[in-house]
Amino acid sequence: MVNLRINDKPVTVEDGTSILHAARQIGITIPSLCYLKHVSKVAACRVCMVEIKGTDRLMAACDTICAEGMEVYTNTLRALVARRNNVQLILSQHDCNCATCVRSGNCTLQKLAADMNIIENPYETKLPANNWDPKLPIIRTASKCVQCFRCVAVCEKIQGMNVWEFLGTGSRATVGVRGGRRLDEVNCTYCGQCITHCPTGALRERDDTEKVIAAIDDPKKIVVLQVAPAVRAAWGEGLGLPKEFATEKRMAAAFRAAGANYVFDTNFAADLTIMEEGNELLYKMKHSWEFRRPLFTSCCPGWVRFLKLEYPDMVPQLSTAKSPQQMFGAVTKTWFAKTHNIDPKDIFCVSVMPCTAKKYECGVPEVNSSGFRDVDAVLTTREVDRLLRLKWINVADLPEEEFDSPLGEGTGAAVIFGATGGVMEAALRTAYAVLEGHNPDPDAFQAVRGTDGRKELSATIGGVPVRACVASGLSNARAVVEDIRAGRAQYDFVEIMACPGGCAGGGGQPFREGMELAGERGETLYEIDRKNSVRFSHENASVQKAYDDFFDKPLSHRSHELLHTDQATWSLR
Amino acid sequence: MIVNQQTAAQKKVDELYATLGRRRGASPFGSCPVNLTASFVQLCLAQSCGKCVPCRVGLDRLHALLEKILDGRATTDDLRAVHRSAAAIYDSADCAIGFEAARLVLDGLEAFRDDYLSHIENGICTAAFDAVPCVAGCPANVDVPGYIALIREERYADAVRLIRKDNPFPGVCGLICEHPCEKHCRRQIVDDSINIRGLKRYAVERAGIVPTPPCAPFNGKTVAVIGGGPAGLTAAYYLQLKGYHVTVFEKHKRLGGMLRYGIPSYRLPDDDLDRDINAILSTGIQVRLGVDIGGEITFDQIRSEYDSVYIAIGAQIVNRMNIPGQDSEGVLSAVELLGAVGAGEAPDFTGKHVVVVGGGNVAMDATRTAKRLGAASVTCVYRRRIEDMTAAREEIDGAIAEGCEIMPMLSPVRIETENDHAVGIAVQPQLSGPIENGRPKPINADQPEIVLPADVVITAIGQAIDSAHFESSGVGTERRRIKADPSGAVPGMPGVFTGGDCFFGPSTVVRAIDSGKVVAGNIDHYFGFHTPITSGVDIPPAQTIGKPAWGRVNMRERTAGDRKEDFNLMEACLTDEEAAQECSRCLRCDHYGYGAFRGGRKDRW
Repeated sequence: MVNLRINDKPVTVEDGTSILHAARQIGITIPSLCYLKHVSKVAACRVCMVEIKGTDRLMAACDTICAEGMEVYTNTLRALVARRNNVQLILSQHDCNCATCVRSGNCTLQKLAADMNIIENPYETKLPANNWDPKLPIIRTASKCVQCFRCVAVCEKIQGMNVWEFLGTGSRATVGVRGGRRLDEVNCTYCGQCITHCPTGALRERDDTEKVIAAIDDPKKIVVLQVAPAVRAAWGEGLGLPKEFATEKRMAAAFRAAGANYVFDTNFAADLTIMEEGNELLYKMKHSWEFRRPLFTSCCPGWVRFLKLEYPDMVPQLSTAKSPQQMFGAVTKTWFAKTHNIDPKDIFCVSVMPCTAKKYECGVPEVNSSGFRDVDAVLTTREVDRLLRLKWINVADLPEEEFDSPLGEGTGAAVIFGATGGVMEAALRTAYAVLEGHNPDPDAFQAVRGTDGRKELSATIGGVPVRACVASGLSNARAVVEDIRAGRAQYDFVEIMACPGGCAGGGGQPFREGMELAGERGETLYEIDRKNSVRFSHENASVQKAYDDFFDKPLSHRSHELLHTDQATWSLR
Repeated sequence: MIVNQQTAAQKKVDELYATLGRRRGASPFGSCPVNLTASFVQLCLAQSCGKCVPCRVGLDRLHALLEKILDGRATTDDLRAVHRSAAAIYDSADCAIGFEAARLVLDGLEAFRDDYLSHIENGICTAAFDAVPCVAGCPANVDVPGYIALIREERYADAVRLIRKDNPFPGVCGLICEHPCEKHCRRQIVDDSINIRGLKRYAVERAGIVPTPPCAPFNGKTVAVIGGGPAGLTAAYYLQLKGYHVTVFEKHKRLGGMLRYGIPSYRLPDDDLDRDINAILSTGIQVRLGVDIGGEITFDQIRSEYDSVYIAIGAQIVNRMNIPGQDSEGVLSAVELLGAVGAGEAPDFTGKHVVVVGGGNVAMDATRTAKRLGAASVTCVYRRRIEDMTAAREEIDGAIAEGCEIMPMLSPVRIETENDHAVGIAVQPQLSGPIENGRPKPINADQPEIVLPADVVITAIGQAIDSAHFESSGVGTERRRIKADPSGAVPGMPGVFTGGDCFFGPSTVVRAIDSGKVVAGNIDHYFGFHTPITSGVDIPPAQTIGKPAWGRVNMRERTAGDRKEDFNLMEACLTDEEAAQECSRCLRCDHYGYGAFRGGRKDRW
């Protein structure tokens, strides 16, 4: 332990604690910009400068470790002047048209400038040129980048992809795609973790709200909206709603108010996925000599892209089941259209996702098989919040409403798809029921819960030993894949989500400075599961009806045609 | 009229230029060459009086074009414009401030054309900034800030372990490394570079015997290393640690190569060399001394008996002067002299007049050795100026202090003999000629020959490689050097690698060490293993106290009068006080600046 004084207040901290964290312990705020806890400590913005007695220059609080007897002053004139000057310098290299920025009101730099009472800037503005393809799922606006290098750090350390790179030197040093190439020329998975860690509007998703507004406005279009499990745990954040108020049912009401003709739930398709993927797993385990193990989940398009880009030889090990989003679209434009006497071409299927890679997935031509595009537009949680705002929906006044039927029905097993381990747990619940002939305790497989990057579970179900692994975050995914390839690990079924913590921490979720909310949002999902009267995918009545009416049984011919895909054929661009 | 006096402003300007000089010294690796050129042109503009068009306007417009290229707004037409403008400025500027500025731009257009094009075509620079200048400057990439931090915490054995991760000769390098790390030390921007070599020696002396890490389990592969010098022993050490069984074949009776037979013991005592070699051998390396490959054992035999071979035979034969009388008695090469002394068979020069020919470090070693062998006089003659000598400045100064003469601008013509014995050397005075490759080419001056009396003439005009046997076994050579890929792999001979002086020509010990390290890694990759070398040492966090300008501590030597009498080590180790002060001067570039982002360290290779 180390004893020091900050602003004359004594504090005792553990060895290796930074001044920034020591100050937080005693309620003293030191502003920071580039610092990202556990991920990035490059000390580049020089906003967290503090004065330490006995040193001739100011020190960065994020990068300076507390020493015994240290006397730190965080608010001396010298520190304030230097900090302020640095923010002014950053602003002189930043496009300050906040009114037209997606992050207005939720921008770390904007808040810093306001908190520092910066009402003028002596420096001339000099902005780098913007040069980006607006069709890419991830949009970078160079003139808004503050060179905090968080995206570089997240992509490298958390995702292990190294898509973003520090380019150039001196005044022209900036962040760019590796080798100065286009984003779709490198191995970007479109996971969007760079966006959710960007302190400004330099990185954002491609905005597709216009498309959706146009479809809502088109009298010929039936707008069918599906909402992914993890969205319900986060949609209120961007609207400033308390968690207790931002319920699933109020979300359904809000989307209906925004103009969706049908508010359905991707949970329906998640249950359908369990039926298809679970049966695929059982089939492949029974015919183990024909198939390489393990079987990988395929619901995360960031992961699918990862495997295609990095380990193309293992793509055949992906489950052929489409992701819930795409299954939902296919069911909507076939069974739902048929039973509701709607011409599928009039259906505009909107999916609300915690994810930026879903924007890529819905545009993959090879994924469609109904004769139509499964999904017409994907909005991230952030975009859907913006949609609700631009439609002036007073969410605070809305009562709770039910999802529409039949595709609005989902079980507790489906809702946990939004947290790392959820797909695995849902699959094991149903696999147990199939192999043992009766349902397990729904919480029997809770060992795979939690935000650990890699979790393992061995169980014997119906006399069959099952070795399962769950990983989230692409660095963890790579470690699992490498272990499998090297023979260091043997699994039967592996769930992988590209984003740390799964979709709850997805790249399309709301930005909250300095907070990693995957765990908390995941808890919300498990709570919804606990409260659900049905907690097994095979007990979803609507799914059963879909099989009775239309698909016959899991892995049927029609299922294969509409609900499965060959990811190897997917275009990457 | 008033007496010229330096104004305060001029004094400050001089200081600015001096700082600029130090900053140039501390140039980081991986700066953008185009950016540097643009800044240089701007500096030249600041020096311009503004009288003439090419300089006043031309350099400014040239600078604007360069900025346009840097901004990614330029086309190849602009690059042509840069060339045209620079050429015109060079041709038409009135004084050196203008035309030399333009010449540098022209030279750069050729030298880093790829970078210009990358800026124009891709909008990015090809240069990759290197975070830690001392580490980047060290051929073996030794973790300098790491071991300095460890020394500061008095963790000397850990410092040695950390150095050994990249260099198994910490004792040797602490004494005789030419320390390119110091050349780039960022501390020069503040005052002067850290005395890195001195700290390394201090750590080694304080640490005592430090055991080497355990070897990885035997991986089934055997490697023969031909040559027991620094390149060979380094490769042997790392390969043994990586799980290979290594046998070193050495022609001489003892290991060490040029470290033993080339470097005099007043700079590198046998005991210090043996301490490093013993540590290297403690990993279990097999050694076969007195074996001449090409004599009792052929290269082909070695190849058939081992899975891989590393040829590191050094550059142990001498270049001849090709002047009359050079085969007479009393004429010998520096390699022969130093080799004999290293083998304990030193000749007696008592009362003799010795002339050494050459201007490199080997010439200085021969000069100072001759002095210690009792010579009545020792004179080193060299064709160029003293400042053109490749020998380290402190070696030259040391020799002068010990009473040796350095006679520059003299070219040997013939050996004067009596009864086939050297009695003198005739030399032709030289004139400094045009600059070629950065050094003036000496040309015969219009002055008569001089004859210097000499009982002994020692030639130190470069070494060559004894590669004939390998060549006859099918190994490619070029000017006697063994031909290989940059990885050290000998083309057409799978599993055969080379490195050290026999690959790149006579060079420094730390380059030989790097070569051995690189080849050890490449042999490991060749067999499909990737066994890492680590130190297992955690590095103390950077200290946060201020870094006011503070004088560098230099090494102290025994007085010239004392040290010239014997072959005992002449340099004193840093004291505790000195070492502590030097450690605290380190700016920790591994932590601050770019180090915080991309730097830090490679804790394994």
